[in-house]
Amino acid sequence: MSTSAAEFGRREHYLNADWGVKSWLLTRDHKRIAILYLISITAFFFIGGLMAVLIRLELATPAGDLVQPDTYNRLFTMHGIVMIFFFLIPSIPAVLGNFLIPIMIGAKDLAFPRINLASWYIYSIGGLLAMWSILAGGVDTGWTFYTPFSTTYSNSYVISTALGIFVTGFSSILTGLNFIVTIHRMRAPGLTWFRLPLFVWAHYATSLVMVLGTPVLAITILLVAAERLFHIGIFDPALGGDPVLFQHLFWFYSHPAVYIMILPSMGVISELITAFARKRIFGYNFIAFASVAIAILGFLVWGHHMFLSSQSVYAGTVFSILSMLVAVPSAVKVFNWTATLYEGSVSWETPMLYALGFIGLFTIGGLTGVMLATLGIDIHVHDTYFVVAHFHYIMVGGAIMGYLGGLHFWWPKITGRLYPRFWSMISAIVIFVGFNLTFFPQFLLGYLGMPRRYHAYPEDFQVLNVMSSAGATILGVGYLIPMIYLIWSMRYGKRASANPWGAVGLEWQVPSPPPTHNFEETPTVEDEAYDYTAAKEKKVA
Amino acid sequence: MNLWPQKFPLFPETATEMAAEIDRIYFAFLGISAFFSLLIAGLVFYLAIRYRRRSPDDVGKPEQAATWLEVAWSVIPLAILVAMFFWGTKVYFEARRPPSDALEYYVTGKQWMWKFQHPEGNREINHLHVPAGQAIKLIMTSEDVIHSVFVPAFRVKMDVLPGRYTTLWFKAEKAGTFRLFCNEYCGVEHSKMIGSVTVLEPADYEEWLAGAGVAGPAAAATGEELFSQKICDTCHKPDSATLAPLLAGIFGKEVELADGTVAVADENYFRESILNPGAKIVKGYQNLMPTYQGQLTEDELVQLILYVKSLSPAPTEGPSP
Amino acid sequence: MPSGQAAHPAGLEHHFESHEQQREAAFFGMWLFLVTEVLFFGGLFTAYVVYRRMNHDAFVAGSHELDVLLGAFNTAVLIGSSLTMALAVRAAQLGRRKGIALFLLATIALGGVFLGVKAVEYHHKWEENLVPGPHFHWEGDPVGNVEMFFNLYFLMTGLHASHMVIGIGIMLWMIPLAWKGRY
Ligand code: HEA
Ligand code: HEA
Ligand code: HEC
Ligand code: CUA
Ligand SMILES: [Cu+2]
Repeated sequence: MSTSAAEFGRREHYLNADWGVKSWLLTRDHKRIAILYLISITAFFFIGGLMAVLIRLELATPAGDLVQPDTYNRLFTMHGIVMIFFFLIPSIPAVLGNFLIPIMIGAKDLAFPRINLASWYIYSIGGLLAMWSILAGGVDTGWTFYTPFSTTYSNSYVISTALGIFVTGFSSILTGLNFIVTIHRMRAPGLTWFRLPLFVWAHYATSLVMVLGTPVLAITILLVAAERLFHIGIFDPALGGDPVLFQHLFWFYSHPAVYIMILPSMGVISELITAFARKRIFGYNFIAFASVAIAILGFLVWGHHMFLSSQSVYAGTVFSILSMLVAVPSAVKVFNWTATLYEGSVSWETPMLYALGFIGLFTIGGLTGVMLATLGIDIHVHDTYFVVAHFHYIMVGGAIMGYLGGLHFWWPKITGRLYPRFWSMISAIVIFVGFNLTFFPQFLLGYLGMPRRYHAYPEDFQVLNVMSSAGATILGVGYLIPMIYLIWSMRYGKRASANPWGAVGLEWQVPSPPPTHNFEETPTVEDEAYDYTAAKEKKVA
Repeated sequence: MNLWPQKFPLFPETATEMAAEIDRIYFAFLGISAFFSLLIAGLVFYLAIRYRRRSPDDVGKPEQAATWLEVAWSVIPLAILVAMFFWGTKVYFEARRPPSDALEYYVTGKQWMWKFQHPEGNREINHLHVPAGQAIKLIMTSEDVIHSVFVPAFRVKMDVLPGRYTTLWFKAEKAGTFRLFCNEYCGVEHSKMIGSVTVLEPADYEEWLAGAGVAGPAAAATGEELFSQKICDTCHKPDSATLAPLLAGIFGKEVELADGTVAVADENYFRESILNPGAKIVKGYQNLMPTYQGQLTEDELVQLILYVKSLSPAPTEGPSP
Repeated sequence: MPSGQAAHPAGLEHHFESHEQQREAAFFGMWLFLVTEVLFFGGLFTAYVVYRRMNHDAFVAGSHELDVLLGAFNTAVLIGSSLTMALAVRAAQLGRRKGIALFLLATIALGGVFLGVKAVEYHHKWEENLVPGPHFHWEGDPVGNVEMFFNLYFLMTGLHASHMVIGIGIMLWMIPLAWKGRY
């Protein structure tokens, strides 16, 4: 659409509506807040990634010769904390969700713009606390903060880190709260629940988990800090406490939290598959309900992290079967995405590459998840590299693939620019190859019996570890390429039309980048979601 | 002794029947996973190529919902999962329930070493010797943080917690030396907290006990001395149960408590009775017993418990925690 | 409806379509916030229940150390403060600026009283060496881990107190706004 390209320079939009640092730091525009989040989480991703690089370097040789054991422990602990709490949990909701949900439902902003901005500041304060702890010397408890080690024995910056996570928790509570209210109350006329894009459904489910789960994490962390500060016994048996209670409280949040990390990504995949197959998604209602089912069932399976923690065998049994149940809705989604391709009109654009990658890698990660949920198998692989491989397959192979796919898909909308097609495809492929080389060997290492959180390991594990380290370097490069060409494209990329992919959905009906208030006229919605046939007829007519 | 052979295996050695069984589940599930992963990947690629976009503005055919499909691909995975669940759970119960004839070894973990206490009184650090073809039960506790015993060749693993006993058992078929890892992160030297289990033919084991092993007085005997040192015997008299309950013959039995409930007198119960007597008051007695919290080392505690247990004839199986 | 700021009625945030939508949103948001609060303290109550079952006698003995009178009094104070707060809201709905400010002040006052009483209670515990930590000392007969009871007692009441401090802070910030007629 050359017209929009021509008027682009003059047209006012959310990026050029106002200039200056102040106009960003005090903005209440959900789109600008999304950009603020984008910058922050990218920074944290590279920090976490840098630590991953050091971890892999250390593990390239069996003897712990690169860094001290103590340093190594701090590395994987902060790698986990940064990646989970400061990168992946806020990633898709706070960036893409923040930017798109109001536009997708035909609203001018989230219900509480001030709270939205506040949540970014809270996140940043938490992030700074964590950064300070890292620079001051770091924390060495593992991201799981198991007691009594974290409360009594560790001498590292447990409290300040815990405080950082505690504070950041409130930002995700506020984000979730904001989304739920917005989705309930701000939908455009005609946009019924079952006309919502599945991206919105996914974020609705995610927000439920954020609002219901995070407070429990907050209080748990507070208890750890209290025990550490005042030596009052809550979790340390030497002081009359019960360390297993901590694990229950921690996982009660942290298992649901894994769905905070994957559900938004699943939402993105639903959008990508439909947009690049130009076809209504197969089994819309089933995918929508699957999201909610996962969010609810997800609260009932925390004990599958504690099969060998001295929890009773009966509890173990119940948690095992429930974990099997929660897997089914995920399976339903995977099958529906696959079926959507049937008789579609599939174009192999970069975002689609990521989407297809997601389906494959998430399936592997999920299936190994249900293997872990099988009591007999978990006895052997619990806390080995098999687990490490499982969750990286889902979080890196799944969640991050979805995030990058979404970022590429909506990049023209966010920045008004197109990225170089060639390089984006190269990087997608490099990432896919590097990823598998990094983490597939870890499944073998795990069953072979290599425990996780090991700074040095028996020599006969070396070959597989070297493969993994080699893969990590490729993966790292793979992540650097988009970093470079996306920034490049903001200045030199081709200008994007309102709808470069020919996709349906309200966000593609507003210009790129969107005006500050998104819509001049509040839209009314007549079509079902992803109704490409109707869209085409409209065009013809 | 070279624990770390210069070979690069892709699969752990298998030294127990339990290990073989766990491998069977694993391979079965691996097969299922491979099948579904390849199925999905294959379908995705086939469809994405078969239905690739021919002209810039053509769109896919309108989707026709098929509920039977949805039902199929919910029920089939569920069925498979439930089947695997039963199989896995069966093995889990076997692994968590030691047979009653098992030899009992006490294990204490501390940053960053393992202490083993043979029933015969021998003590070992990091390297445990056990007889082959005989069920071995480890009764484990920690002096500081949570550790975890993991012997890959046996496919057994259990967390070792401070303040309570957890158990683990195995029955090694063949003689040999196998790695023992600490599997729960426990601080700086976590990755150095590696020991070994040496399985000896029964005859060799006897020899080892007699000779190489540093024979000490049987643990129970040491416990008996402690029992008088710590003035337990002033209240717990062998003949009269006026002041305090008789301790003879109670192990493994059910004890009636003051609040009407019953508790099974296993290792954890004894431990609690000694360290926190107020927690469970035996029916018909006052809460007179002083707490021994902080006055006994884990080893002494073990010896006392072994002694109290020795007062009960042929140790019956105490349900594992 | 056209969205230009000019056409927008007063007191209606630009991104809302109608006052009704705005009110509903605020209302809904507040309820969700309360849910998170419930879960927040829920964690503590879980811990309390678990440990009460683990050492029942100790908790009974511990709870006898608490001052029933002061406790009852404070409960009354709290209920009173909820009343004044509700009245403040009502005043806001009726648009009585002075009313709002006065009732907020009353609420703050009651909150202050509550905190004062709590301080007194804490002081007693301190004198009786019932504050957990090195100084903790239990005279009563050995009924097990009484300290745990006081751990949780101080954590829960302390957390509640900190909530009240925050609440009072917010109200102090609201009064001038109310005076200017922001509500
Ligand atoms: C985004 C993050 C994420 C997600 C989505 C999941 C999803 C799942 N996880 Fe995972 N998990 C983690 C992150 C995640 N996990 C992390 C971080 C840890 C380690 C924590 C730590 O200790 O540090 C962990 C650990 C972990 C454990 C503990 C392992 C141990 O410590 O011993 C278990 C055990 O049950 C488990 C199970 C599962 C299951 C059953 C799912 C299910 O939801 C998966 C469902 C998906 C599928 C099943 C795939 C799709 C299905 C098909 C393609 C159809 C075919 C399917 C069948 C035939 C069944 N996970
Ligand atoms: C979202 C979550 C997330 C993500 C994205 C990752 C990403 C990666 N993780 Fe990790 N990981 C966890 C979550 C995550 N991880 C968690 C929760 C744990 C458990 C921690 C614990 O046990 O407590 C863990 C633990 C963990 C371990 C186990 C450590 C141990 O148990 O001893 C390993 C080992 O290989 C590992 C590797 C990697 C690698 C190679 C990547 C790669 O994907 C990283 C790729 C990214 C980069 C490489 C950055 C790109 C940029 C560059 C390379 C350029 C250099 C940098 C600059 C110029 C700034 N991670
Ligand atoms: C001051 C007297 C006294 C001393 C000293 C004492 N006990 Fe006890 N013990 C009791 C009483 C009274 C009970 C029953 C009430 C209860 O369960 O607390 C009891 C209960 C027990 C029980 C539970 C018995 C059952 O029938 O369930 C065990 C085990 C035990 N004591 C072991 C010990 C050991 C070991 C020591 C020394 C380290 C010891 N006791 C020292 C008075 C004492
Ligand atoms: Cu002991 Cu890890
Ligand atoms: Cu989980």
